[in-house]
Amino acid sequence: MSATLEGYNFAYLDEQTKRMIRRAVLKAVAIPGYQVPFGSREMPLPYGWGTGGIQVTASIIGADDVLKVIDQGADDTTNAVSIRRFFRRTAGVATTTRTEEATLIQTRHRIPETPLREGQILVYQVPIPEPLRWLEPRETETRKMHAFADYGIMHVKLYEDIARFGRIATGYNYPVMVNGRYIMSPSPIPKFDNPKMDRNPALQLFGAGREKRIYAVPPYTRVESLDFEDHPFEIERWERACALCGSTESFLDEVVMDDRGGRMFVCSDTDYCESHRPDRSEQEAAE
Amino acid sequence: MNAQSPQPLLTVRGLSRYYGQHVGCRDISFDLWPGEVLGIVGESGSGKTTLLGCLSGRLDPSEGSVLYRDRAGQSHDVYAMPEMMRRRLARSEWGIVHQNPRDGLRMAVSAGANVGERLMAQGARHYGGIRNQALDWLDKVEIDAGRIDDSPRTFSGGMQQRLQIARNLVSMPRLVFMDEPTGGLDVSVQARLLDLLRRLVGEMGLSVILVTHDLAVARLLAHRLLVMRGGEVVESGLTDQVLDDPQHPYSQLLVSSILQV
Amino acid sequence: MDLMINAKDLRKTFILHPQGGVRIPVLADSSLQVASGECVTLHGPSGAGKSTLLRSLYANYKLDQGSILVRHGGQIVDMVTAAPRTVLEVRRRTMGYVSQFLRAIPRVPALDVVAEPACLAGIDQAEARERAAALLARLRIPERLWHIPPATFSGGEQQRVNVARGFVLDYPILLLDEPTASLDAANRGTVIELINEAKARGGAIVGIFHDAEVRDAVTTRLHLIQPMDAAA
Repeated sequence: MSATLEGYNFAYLDEQTKRMIRRAVLKAVAIPGYQVPFGSREMPLPYGWGTGGIQVTASIIGADDVLKVIDQGADDTTNAVSIRRFFRRTAGVATTTRTEEATLIQTRHRIPETPLREGQILVYQVPIPEPLRWLEPRETETRKMHAFADYGIMHVKLYEDIARFGRIATGYNYPVMVNGRYIMSPSPIPKFDNPKMDRNPALQLFGAGREKRIYAVPPYTRVESLDFEDHPFEIERWERACALCGSTESFLDEVVMDDRGGRMFVCSDTDYCESHRPDRSEQEAAE
Repeated sequence: MNAQSPQPLLTVRGLSRYYGQHVGCRDISFDLWPGEVLGIVGESGSGKTTLLGCLSGRLDPSEGSVLYRDRAGQSHDVYAMPEMMRRRLARSEWGIVHQNPRDGLRMAVSAGANVGERLMAQGARHYGGIRNQALDWLDKVEIDAGRIDDSPRTFSGGMQQRLQIARNLVSMPRLVFMDEPTGGLDVSVQARLLDLLRRLVGEMGLSVILVTHDLAVARLLAHRLLVMRGGEVVESGLTDQVLDDPQHPYSQLLVSSILQV
Repeated sequence: MDLMINAKDLRKTFILHPQGGVRIPVLADSSLQVASGECVTLHGPSGAGKSTLLRSLYANYKLDQGSILVRHGGQIVDMVTAAPRTVLEVRRRTMGYVSQFLRAIPRVPALDVVAEPACLAGIDQAEARERAAALLARLRIPERLWHIPPATFSGGEQQRVNVARGFVLDYPILLLDEPTASLDAANRGTVIELINEAKARGGAIVGIFHDAEVRDAVTTRLHLIQPMDAAA
């Protein structure tokens, strides 16, 4: 682990800001799915790179935490590597790529395949927190729609999908109803991950830096994906298994191998994939 | 009109709306009975649209009250009830037909979705059922079933207006507010729309508050008229009485100004 | 015989505001009683106020004073002071009116124009259309015109549609303003039959008939109206 940077407060943000953000987080936990406004700070990375998630992580991380950061399921992409290094240097915390070992996981666009457990916190980076904006651009109006649970237009969106494509074509950022009350954008995770949000033992926090909103799904909270009786919610399925670990359970990415159209399907969750490869199964055999 | 119903649907008392010094409408009182079509006539600037806004829960009045009796027979002060309830009423028991269909339609989604929205807002969750109801309503307002997945942007003005009517009536409202529903349409298109409105209003037993400057439209649709001038009601009564034997100087002027065809 | 209409002390003055408030008195202390089974013909020179009286009975014109008590079902309604919805209810069930001109409704076929009052009074559509068809046939409107809106019909055809509309319901009270004005002899005869049938079933009828033949054929009693001196 590299040395902690001199001259910065623990986890970069000043304590006042952290307190402010923690208050927003507490409120968000108290009202599952409700978007709490907060005073988003300038961070040393551009909007769209996870400024919301980083501020949430910075406000709740402690010296004993073990941090995992994933981007599209991978621990080794630029964004994930940079954020992990940022916290190693500003907070001196331990980091890991193993889902089971982590106490705090910051993610962009995926939920790990390995089931989360009580005590873990999953922090999502959110680009657009408002699920109603698609049909109603006025923020004053969408806030009232949330307040009054006036949610007819969410199904209008799904109706349009079916009318146009014969099925609900929304694959990412598939809207959910949290605790039977608030409609929430789950951030651009694939709908494959939606069922994992439901009654998850871990605490799920969502940070949108540019839009200055925090929201949360507390442990074991009901999260339902919107659908129609005759067009029920369905997750993606693949005809094949992961080319590396052979898993038929996980979310697969299609990787183009060469210029001749060669392609391969592999797990998007790199940690899960590694732990399921044949060479790892020796460990299990040893037990 | 339903004579057995002993209670008005809407009770308006002393309704005024001021814009600073300017009077939008002043001291308006009337009852609207179930199944009754009330026309509000007057020239532009007479306060018709302000009054309609105040009646339909969209424009806070400066003074006065609007009481609405809901389907269950419960009376509600429209401006004392929580906004949430007002909105729920507005999308279930009420309808609003705007002069410009673009104000009343969602132009970004298909015709079918426009008609289905109220059903979905009320909890309908069966796609096939919603679609069948949408088809049924498109048929009622004489829009070809083949247009169900088209955007209202591709519709003519008359079709957009008929779509707006279907979108409102699909929830089987009891009270519909209409602001110059035939304004801006060609005469031949107007006739079709008027006939349609007349039929639907009769079949569904709707109560309607209809703002129009067109006295021919008022004669065809309204049972009773309020004549407005300068924000005040200068005359009210049976439609044919007001039009055939107007009493107030302004009503006489208004009636005598119509071109006879 | 039941008194169906009891109109007393009717006064009507037209005030023409756009013409500087010119006052035209038309009715003063006019009274009229009509019982069921009789046809009262309003009689007097043109401009005497016959139409004004007829329209006032229908509450189409607004009187300055007086009362028009009308038997409506089991109640007595004063058409001068009744609320609009009550007046409409009286018109729907009790009081029919045939004017000189048809007010055509765009796109509505003749058959439905005629059937409409019956539908509004709660008669089911099939039956209302049957009655309408029978009347149109009796009034010699060719069947090919039944499904066309009457806006394009000739004056006489429109008038017959109008008459049919007035007789599609057996109104206890019927007001007729020159129902035969532009009709040929055969159709005048049919209208006379219709009026006499209405009388026979107990209808109280008030009419204006310029045609002496019609007047003589239907009138039970003449009600004379003298023009008022406009300067009075």
